Amino acid sequence: MLKDKYGKEIEEILSRYPVKRSALIPLLYVAQRDQGYVSESVMQEIAHLLRLTPPQVYETITFYTMFNLKPMGKFHIQVCKSLMCALVGSDTVIEWIKAKLGITPGESTVDGLFSLSLVECLAACGTGPMMQINDDYYEQLTEDKLDRILADLRSTGTSRLKSGPFMWPEPIAVKDES
Amino acid sequence: MMQPGYTGSLTDYEKTGGYQALRNTLGKIGPPDVTAKVRQSGLRGRGGAGFPTGVKWGFLPKDYQGPRYLCCNADESEPGTFKDRQLMERDPHQVLEGIVLACYAIGAETAYIYIRGEMVLGARILEQAIGEARAAGYIGRNILDTGINADVWVHRGAGAYICGEETALLESLEGKRGLPRIKPPFPATHGLYNKPTVVNNVETLANLPHIINRGPEWFAAIGSPPKSTGTRVFCVSGHVKRPGNYEVPMGVTVRELVYEHAGGMRSDKPIKAFIPGGASAPFLTPAHLDVKLDFEHVAAAGSMLGSGGVTVMEEGTSMVWAALRLMEFFYHESCGKCTPCREGSSWLVQTLRRILAKRGRMEDLETLSDLCKNIAGRTVCAFGDAEVAPIQSTLNHWRQEYVDLINEAETANLIRPEPVGLRR
Repeated sequence: MLKDKYGKEIEEILSRYPVKRSALIPLLYVAQRDQGYVSESVMQEIAHLLRLTPPQVYETITFYTMFNLKPMGKFHIQVCKSLMCALVGSDTVIEWIKAKLGITPGESTVDGLFSLSLVECLAACGTGPMMQINDDYYEQLTEDKLDRILADLRSTGTSRLKSGPFMWPEPIAVKDES
Repeated sequence: MMQPGYTGSLTDYEKTGGYQALRNTLGKIGPPDVTAKVRQSGLRGRGGAGFPTGVKWGFLPKDYQGPRYLCCNADESEPGTFKDRQLMERDPHQVLEGIVLACYAIGAETAYIYIRGEMVLGARILEQAIGEARAAGYIGRNILDTGINADVWVHRGAGAYICGEETALLESLEGKRGLPRIKPPFPATHGLYNKPTVVNNVETLANLPHIINRGPEWFAAIGSPPKSTGTRVFCVSGHVKRPGNYEVPMGVTVRELVYEHAGGMRSDKPIKAFIPGGASAPFLTPAHLDVKLDFEHVAAAGSMLGSGGVTVMEEGTSMVWAALRLMEFFYHESCGKCTPCREGSSWLVQTLRRILAKRGRMEDLETLSDLCKNIAGRTVCAFGDAEVAPIQSTLNHWRQEYVDLINEAETANLIRPEPVGLRR
């Protein structure tokens, strides 16, 4: 049960809003963080917590793209395919990942490690082509960088190539020092 | 933010004069005077619509006894736009100070930052900054011992472009599907939880401390007065050498942005087309390179300043392909509430795909124009107008590219061999 495991966090979330239903998306995030996706039983529990009907939870969850209704790979790769990234080579990135992992968008690798999705604009147009893996952005991708990211994730579960706080173009003075 | 070593922490922000505007305003200048200053500065919303901020605040009922809300619109999802992300990740306190100032001006005690769900890092940084500001007495109950309260919460969206539209944002914040509401009533009177609400963009709010510190006259003198004052963060993307965010006075030209700031074109090819204000703004041609980027001049050139996302395309880019890529975005993101947008976007995508696959017919051009006419202006929100912009503008300026693709299709049809199944 979500409430037993995250009772304090749930209380804190509920305290931010004068109307319980506002806590729906934040609670769905708690559930997804726990399981990797939102199961039907969790939807029912959240509905009960917020005094909603299960269909009210379901109608909301299906509107948004970030909630998974089925288990995903450990690393969910989402590549931006919008015009701005496409102008600087996102199609190549997509083909590269497809070839390396042997999966097409919407699929997961058999070892359950990677899932691939194509998404629309992630507000990184100046640093495209880009992708998001779980919570992290990876920008200015090249084939070499992609290989290193995938290898890092396989071996250590994280990669130093992920983006930090966004700043582009970087300050000239900082650039000179490096 | 551009100073080497600047981390965006509270200490760094205070060192550069941060929170001085708050100290000099709360309890010292009346809320109506703050609104008057903002109105005098000529600040207009930086999210896309460009509505005067002070005027928007003035719409809130003066005699209403009950809670009011401020929503910071951080759902930056417009293709071509990435300025708010930088402001939040690199200088969160500037945004927070603007939020508290706006709360004070409109009499709100609660503010929600509705940040797009994908920006997990931005949400974490903002939450950390809120913690720092709360501990220092800039946010929360009894701010700086003035008796004024303003609580700020981060609320993550969950992946829906439409939630950047102010009424859809409110619906989403209430835990529902992000469908836009019919206006009127406007959020100023019936907003979040049906209470008076102001929705302001991140960059708009980040301008407030500077307007208060340096005075509205200072701000009003920058840019293209009287209607487009101040600076603007332009996000330059596409085929340029140094894409990125450039804060420049309003009224700069695309030629200046590309060749003086963004290092020129990536492969030194000439510019073929550009979008001046995010995906919702119609494409413009090299003939418009010297148009001043302010609200009036861009509108006069047949486009709009929108969110300030300038995307540049070099010679050789297929405009039909570019229109399709944007159209696929709009098709994917249509919320589905209004039939013209929901169904029309699907037909537009299918027709464009057919033309690009060299299976188009000359009457498709008529179909595209007809569809656009029947979508624009016939939807609850401005999404319908936005989705037809790439098609109408490319049809206007580069019609020959569509015709050439269709001609190729017709030639291909003439010489197409009989279907294999019929030969025995």
